[in-house]
Amino acid sequence: MASQETRLLFRNIDEPGLASIEAYRKLGGYRSIEKAFKQMTPEEVLEELEDSGLRGRGGAGFAMGKKASFLPRGDMDKYLCCNADESEPGAFKDRELIQKNPHQLIEGLIIAARAAGANRCFIYIRGEYDLQGDILDRAVDEAYEAGFLGEDVLGTGEQVELVVHRGAGAYICGEETALLDSLEGKRGNPRLKPPFPAVQGLYDGPTLINNVETLSNVPHIVSSGADWFKSLGTEQSPGTKVTSVSGDVKRPGNYEVELGIPTRVLIEDLAGGPRDGRRIKGIFPGGSSSPVLTPEEALDRPYSFEAMADAGSMLGSGSIIVFDDTTSVVKLALRTARFYHHESCGKCTPCREGTNWTVKMLERMIRGQATPIDLETVASVQTNIIGNCLCVLGDSMAMPVGSMVQKFRDEFMDAIERGVPGASLGAPSGDPAIAPAGQQPMPARAGAVA
Amino acid sequence: MSPLIPKGKRPWTTDPGHIHDAPHPPPMPDEPESTAGSSASPPGPAAESLEPIEVRQAVEEEREPHGDPAPVPDPSEVEVPKELADEIRRAMKRYPRKRSAVMPALWAVQRRYGWCTPKGIRQAAAVMGVTPGYLQAVASYYDLFRLEPEGEHQVLVCTNISCWLRGADVLLESFCEAAGIDGPGSSQDGKLFIRGFECLGACDLAPMASIDERYYGPLTEEDARAAAEQLRSGREVLPDKRLEDRPAAGGPDAKEVKG
Repeated sequence: MASQETRLLFRNIDEPGLASIEAYRKLGGYRSIEKAFKQMTPEEVLEELEDSGLRGRGGAGFAMGKKASFLPRGDMDKYLCCNADESEPGAFKDRELIQKNPHQLIEGLIIAARAAGANRCFIYIRGEYDLQGDILDRAVDEAYEAGFLGEDVLGTGEQVELVVHRGAGAYICGEETALLDSLEGKRGNPRLKPPFPAVQGLYDGPTLINNVETLSNVPHIVSSGADWFKSLGTEQSPGTKVTSVSGDVKRPGNYEVELGIPTRVLIEDLAGGPRDGRRIKGIFPGGSSSPVLTPEEALDRPYSFEAMADAGSMLGSGSIIVFDDTTSVVKLALRTARFYHHESCGKCTPCREGTNWTVKMLERMIRGQATPIDLETVASVQTNIIGNCLCVLGDSMAMPVGSMVQKFRDEFMDAIERGVPGASLGAPSGDPAIAPAGQQPMPARAGAVA
Repeated sequence: MSPLIPKGKRPWTTDPGHIHDAPHPPPMPDEPESTAGSSASPPGPAAESLEPIEVRQAVEEEREPHGDPAPVPDPSEVEVPKELADEIRRAMKRYPRKRSAVMPALWAVQRRYGWCTPKGIRQAAAVMGVTPGYLQAVASYYDLFRLEPEGEHQVLVCTNISCWLRGADVLLESFCEAAGIDGPGSSQDGKLFIRGFECLGACDLAPMASIDERYYGPLTEEDARAAAEQLRSGREVLPDKRLEDRPAAGGPDAKEVKG
């Protein structure tokens, strides 16, 4: 059977040397930039992007062209930030795009800067991606040398400057306003919105913020047109999606598919399905922040923004995490909650306290020390976080944990009665007191908690 | 203690808005005169005693900070290595506002000294014209800035969902065992530093670890032992598990599209 992958951004992905400007140009790269700067006005570029219906690939799925159109016109410094702080558990698509094809991103970024009228651009890459940061640094230098960046792009008199800025390990800096604070040299706390970054963002100037994959789509839209782009994917979710599939599957990895493909194809055909003798218990369809779906809800549904929203979840960053029937959902909830507790910046009380108490209550359940009221409290804490904070970090815990309590209630009640046997609590990151052994099939070890 | 006297019957007046400026109350009738000074003197602030009050400490260590926070260091008083100063100045030039260079400056300090040492932070503060406290505050926010000395080689084991599903806890434990430590931390010989880390963005390699800022996976317990050995002896680490060498997951027969 032919592969169900449709490679647009991943075309030639394993071509040796693709990360260098020579190889990228030899394969047709940097032609869109010539077209955008020499044959099109900024308004025409923007219109093309708006017509394409390209939706943001970072998580929210907001129309990219529309977002760019929110920036005020006029003679002022405007900024474009590429969000490469990919930290969502389950997501690793930007890593591969940057590492193997950095010039595709840089080309898209320069074109988007023209559409938005931005003259200063930044790529905020997470500090852990050191290899990818080095590759990006080299690629930016090459693009400056070739005249695609600088004070006079391609001799048109337009200025586009680009700086690669490295983060240092904070999930919250992937939130757009926290990213801006971090880029300004502060602790990365989210800001109150409005004003939105399009009006008052970086250095109080109008700022457009886009994900790596979103910007990597731009050269293809400019070269082949919005109509061609819309022929891929579904009506409301045009284009392809680099989907990161991981967890309990045989072949985890990035698979680029047309949006709207059945979710089953991604999980079973491309990623190989669960290991032999195992059954899928549930999936996170869009990274660890998305409400979990059971296989009955998910597998026969198209993988698109609208279909996942219909199912009560979200496509998010397009990262599927599969967990099989050997997984304790209570421990999975704890593992999820601990992450958000660790990463909460502490600015808003519902998130700071809610993540903390959720962790404590789930730990009690696993030890078998909880009461049924704890389960109601866990559920109510989740509903009280959602919508009550400056950013969605707290919501990102509340949605998956809330959905686990709702869909696997029996398992939580079981835990309350008996605890989770064979259990460790998993290793909290950075905590010196680790407890051994994660899942039940792993060999049981001494010193278990339960 | 003065006995409670109802409001309005008090022999002194106070302005509730300026409680610190309130005149010192005259002694109550039942108080010995010596504790409240002379009752003949007009109400006013008592002469402040500068003698420290002696207290018996329950613990030796003091929690109170010693003095005021350090001001912006005078560049003429701080000796900064030229390469470090140049690197920070180059970073400051790249941004419209110099404060944006705080993170590049901290990275530079960490690369030079192995961690964000107070001396290094003071040097960076002098070059940038900010207080050392500001840099320290930023450094303490981010997981990758090291605020104390750690082992030479950094091993960050991802413990987030996808890696956890694949046995990250066992892997972390194996690394600790190989380093000869009970839990995350630095090894005795100072060569290795092991810690669990939140999602490193390599779930396709699960379970994986970042070793000296390069990714390796999927790893077994055997790999953990081998990596520790290789790091200690300065050899190349797990050459067959490097992320760089991995092709994309999809097969070679994928359909490629182009308009």
